[in-house]
Amino acid sequence: MDKGVIVTNRGGISGRRWTEVPIEATIRVLGFSTIGFVLLIFLFLLREGLPIFYEVPTGNLFGTRWYPTFELFGTLPLLLGSILVTVTAILIALPLGVATAVFVRELAPDWVREILKPMIEVLAGIPSVVLGFFGMHFVAPLIRNIFGAPTGLTVFTGALILAYMALPTIISVAEDALDTVPKSYRDAGLAMGATQWQTIWKVVVPAARSGILMAVMLGMGRAIGETMAVMMVTGNAARLPLTFDSLFRPARTMTATIAAEMGEVAQGSTHYHALFGIGIILFVLTFLINLTAASAIFRKQRRGGLR
Amino acid sequence: MEKFRVESLNFFYGRVAALKDISLSVQERQITALIGPSGCGKSTFLRCLNRMNDTIRGTRVQGKIFLDGQDIYKSGINVVELRQRVGMVFQRPNPFPQSIWDNVAFGPRVLGLDKHFHLPEIIENSLRGAALWEEVKDRLKQDALSLSLGQQQRLCIARTIAVRPEIILMDEPCSALDPIATLQIEELMQSLKKDYTLVIVTHNMQQAARVSDWTGFFWMGELVEFDVTEKIFTRPAQQLTEDYITGRAG
Ligand SMILES: Nc1ncnc2c1ncn2[C@@H]1O[C@H](COP(=O)(O)OP(=O)(O)OP(=O)(O)O)[C@@H](O)[C@H]1O
Ligand SMILES: [Mg+2]
Repeated sequence: MDKGVIVTNRGGISGRRWTEVPIEATIRVLGFSTIGFVLLIFLFLLREGLPIFYEVPTGNLFGTRWYPTFELFGTLPLLLGSILVTVTAILIALPLGVATAVFVRELAPDWVREILKPMIEVLAGIPSVVLGFFGMHFVAPLIRNIFGAPTGLTVFTGALILAYMALPTIISVAEDALDTVPKSYRDAGLAMGATQWQTIWKVVVPAARSGILMAVMLGMGRAIGETMAVMMVTGNAARLPLTFDSLFRPARTMTATIAAEMGEVAQGSTHYHALFGIGIILFVLTFLINLTAASAIFRKQRRGGLR
Repeated sequence: MEKFRVESLNFFYGRVAALKDISLSVQERQITALIGPSGCGKSTFLRCLNRMNDTIRGTRVQGKIFLDGQDIYKSGINVVELRQRVGMVFQRPNPFPQSIWDNVAFGPRVLGLDKHFHLPEIIENSLRGAALWEEVKDRLKQDALSLSLGQQQRLCIARTIAVRPEIILMDEPCSALDPIATLQIEELMQSLKKDYTLVIVTHNMQQAARVSDWTGFFWMGELVEFDVTEKIFTRPAQQLTEDYITGRAG
């Protein structure tokens, strides 16, 4: 105990030195300008994209056919294409990612962990065009041979590649979540006579669930915005993926559409506005996903967090 | 009846010896208290009794501990089974971040007891046994973390007795609690004594004197004295023990 020392914490502005003033001002300007840039981009997106909503009747815009040459701007196949590819990718990546995180954090001996963690980070650094290339030449032929899909460029192929891309995010965020589960929970489980396995699945993983949900959301955000690899392996047919075999048929995502067609449209044309319109839809979608992730974190904090 | 018999137990964290040549025996349906200054090895000793030290890397045990005549460190012993027989309550209340109901149901579910017994009955009995039933019976689905610390600690006791262990180890179960909650736990210990063998670690000399039947005094990894509580606190055999309980050492 340090007796007799009285510390008055006035906090905030009154306690700082004059040299800190310009530094703080600079940081503040930088911080606010980031927000400004995001706003500007959003405004630009709105300016270029909103016209489509009155240039083309709503029935057409949310119709089932996307043939810009014939003035058909049905975004439904693209929207559903994106969602199907993303959801399938997450369904593949979630169990794999959580299992890997559990292995790395809970079961692996130290030296295995030391090798695995950097490897997972390297995985995150592979450029998506390389993965797309790999998908086209190795995964697609496999899919063709196994499932008999004509070209092998299918929703499933895209989902596999996307799952692979989302994995590092899911693993590392889920691992951090497991890491915040206090040792006292594990001790309690083991001392009750639960096996290590039971302790992990009935105590540790449930205690980390909000973090794992966040991992899924972040992985999803990464997957839905991904363009290059998806464009290379999903076949890009703007087909409404509503039949049962859709998983093994080509599809086209929103991102691939924008990337493929933006180069050939006349600026200011209806087609041009339509592509930005898709951009708006994509933006709103990612925003909603991030919002869900953020509210998961918020709920966790309000509960007093994990001790 | 002798429940545990410990014979020349040595314990090492890496190369550092934390327990040196400990021998004692724990009597059935009695409360055995372990006292001594901080860092003298009380917790370490307690964790030897249910082999929780196994979860710490680089530790080593020498010597023997018999539970009902069976060496618990013999190879081939099922540690999971051992921990079902020897329950543990920790220093800081550590209920799972789940409902009160799920906390108590955890052990029975994990052991499959809920298939043979009526789960609601197990839960009510356990909560009654931990003197918590009246306070929580209307909100069993509530988050356990919403309880007060004292209630959380009694919930941890309920969770432990839900699997009907024979022995309950408690490592400073009251150190995070206020005086009233402490008193409740002490009363609870007395009622648990009818059915269970208790081994408790405490920093509080009065608590040891009040609740325990036997007391062991640890000092720097050694067991200085072990005897009936009354004798330890009135006519200790060792000078060191007397100095410690009168506050002159430690
Ligand atoms: N996980 C560990 N790794 C290494 N050394 C440890 C570990 N846990 C305890 N020790 C050491 O073993 C000795 C005994 O510790 P222990 O926790 O058993 O003491 P204690 O009597 O329970 O003390 P307290 O009253 O403070 O809880 C101490 O010197 C401590 O530093
Ligand atoms: Mg201790």
